[in-house]
Amino acid sequence: MSKRIDVTDLDIFYGDFHAVKDVTMSIEPRSVTAFIGPSGCGKSTFLRTLNRMHEVIPGARVEGEVAIDGQNLYARNVDPVDVRRQVGMVFQRPNPFPTMSIKENVLAGVRLNSKRISGKAADELTEKALRGANLWNEVKDRLDKPGSGLSGGQQQRLCIARAIAIQPEVILMDEPCSALDPISTLAIEDLINELKVDYTVVIVTHNMQQAARVSDKTGFFNLEATGKPGELVEYDTTQNIFNNPSQQATEDYISGRFG
Amino acid sequence: MNAKAPATPTRRDRGSARAVRRPGDLFFSGASVGSAVLILLILAGVALFLVVEAIPALTAPTEEISGGRGFWSYVAPLVFGTVVASLIAMVLATPIAVGIALFVSHYAPRRLGKSIGFVIDLLAAVPSVVFGMWGMAVFAPRLVPLFDWLEKYLGFVPLFADASSTGRTLLTASIVLAVMILPIITSVSREVFLQTPRLHEEAALALGATQWEMIRTAVLPFGMPGVIGGTMLGLGRALGETMAVAIILAPGVFTWNLIGNGNSTIPAEIALNFPEAAGLRLSELIAAGLVLFVITLGVNLFARWIVDRRAEFSGAN
Repeated sequence: MSKRIDVTDLDIFYGDFHAVKDVTMSIEPRSVTAFIGPSGCGKSTFLRTLNRMHEVIPGARVEGEVAIDGQNLYARNVDPVDVRRQVGMVFQRPNPFPTMSIKENVLAGVRLNSKRISGKAADELTEKALRGANLWNEVKDRLDKPGSGLSGGQQQRLCIARAIAIQPEVILMDEPCSALDPISTLAIEDLINELKVDYTVVIVTHNMQQAARVSDKTGFFNLEATGKPGELVEYDTTQNIFNNPSQQATEDYISGRFG
Repeated sequence: MNAKAPATPTRRDRGSARAVRRPGDLFFSGASVGSAVLILLILAGVALFLVVEAIPALTAPTEEISGGRGFWSYVAPLVFGTVVASLIAMVLATPIAVGIALFVSHYAPRRLGKSIGFVIDLLAAVPSVVFGMWGMAVFAPRLVPLFDWLEKYLGFVPLFADASSTGRTLLTASIVLAVMILPIITSVSREVFLQTPRLHEEAALALGATQWEMIRTAVLPFGMPGVIGGTMLGLGRALGETMAVAIILAPGVFTWNLIGNGNSTIPAEIALNFPEAAGLRLSELIAAGLVLFVITLGVNLFARWIVDRRAEFSGAN
C-alpha cells in the first residue's frame, strides 16, 4: 500500500511568481519524511504539489516531474482526482465536515469514490479507520454525533481516519499539530509512528523537535530573500540534519539563529 | 438611568463591580430594544386589525357571504389558487436559482460571476407591475402552444384538462412568479455558497472529489439552511404578490385546471375588489387577508423548524 515518490527538477509558479525552485528528492516508502523551514519558504506549497492540491489556487502550475512508483503525476493523461485518491492529505486545522456525523465523516471519501458499500462493510470500515487513527475507543459510543463536537485533537485524528479510510498510498500532513495542545500533539505523533508501518508519510512542520521526534528523513527549505523562490537546501536523514548538517544555513536554522 | 448619584464613596466602590453605564451604551441599547419592541407592536397591530375587521365575515350567516355558502367555502378556492401558484413558482425557481448561485460562486471566472450576479440583482429591481404587463401581453400568448400540447398529451390529468386560448392562466401566473422570486433565492444562495469554508472544500478535494462531488459534500450541506431561508423568502413574496397576478390572471371560479381560465389568488382577489367593497364584503376581503397572513406565518415557522432541526450539524459549534 505504500509507494515511493521521486521528484525531479520541480519548479512551482503562482502566475508569474516563482514560488519554489528546482527541487529534486526521493521519498522512501514506509517512512516519515519531514519538511522544515521558515514561513514562506514554500514547504507547504511543495507538499501540495505531491497530490496536485496546489491547483486549487488559480494560476498555480509546475514544471518538472513528480513520480509515484514511476508514474508521473503530471503526465498529460493523469486526472488530479485520481491522484488525490492515492495521496491523502491532512490539513493544518482540523476540518471534519460539519454537517456530517463522525461515521459519515470517516466514510465521506469512500462514498465519493462512488462505490456502494453495504451497511456491514461500512461499519467495519468505520471501525478499522477509526482504530487506525487511534480514535475508536473515544468515539465508538457516539458515531452518529456530529464530528465538529469533538475536541481539536480528536477532530484531527478523525480527519486522519477519513484520509486512511480510502486506503491511499501516501499521506501528506500540512502542519497537522499546529492548532493542537501538547497532549493532542503527542497523540498525533504516536499515530504518525504507527502509520508509517503501512503508508508513506510526508509531514510539514514548524516544530523542529517534532521533526526530530517523528521523521526518518528531513528536508530543510529556505529562501534567500523575500520575493525570491524557496528551495530545498538540504535533504538527509533526520539524524544528520539535526546533528551534523552539511549546510551552514541548516545549522543556523536548527540552532535557532534565524527563522 | 438613575438620576441620584451614589451616596457614599463606599457604595461607589462596591458599585464598580457592576458594568459602568455610559451614555452611548444606554442610547444604543435603548434604541435597539425600542426597535425590537416596535416591530412586535406593528405585527400585533396588524394582526389585531385583521382579526377585528374579519369577525363580521367570520360570524355572518352563511347565505350573506359572496357565493352564499359561507366564508370558508368562499376563501378555500382562493387559498388553493394562492398556495398552488406559489408552490409551482417555488418548485420552478429554486433549482434554477441554486444552479445560478453555484455557477456564480464556484464555476464562473470571478469577473463573469460578478456581472451575472449583478444582472440577477437587477431582475429584482423590476417592478412587479412591469412583470404583470409583460406576462399578460407578451408571455401569456406565447404559452398557448405549450398549453395545447399539455392538453393533448396530459389532458387525462385534471390539472391540464382544458387549455385557455388567451394563456392568462394560473400556470402562466406561476411561471411569472417564478421569474420574480428567482433573484432573491439566487442572491441568498450565492451568499451562503461563497461563505463555505475553504477548509471544507479542500477537505473534499483532497479525498479525491470532483468539482461536483466537492459541491455535494462541502458546499450544499453547508449552504442548505441559507437556501431554505432564501426559498422561504421567495415563497413569502410569491404568496403576497398582488399586481402581477391580478394583471395576468383572468380571474374566475375555482377549477382544478391549471391551464384554463378561472381561479384567483387571495392578494389578487383583494386588490381587484377592495376599492368598491363596503360593509360585509369589505370584512370578507380582510378575513381573506387574515387567512393569507396565517399561511405566511405558518410557512415561515415551518422554514425555521427545518433550519433548526439540523442545528447540531450546522458547524456553528
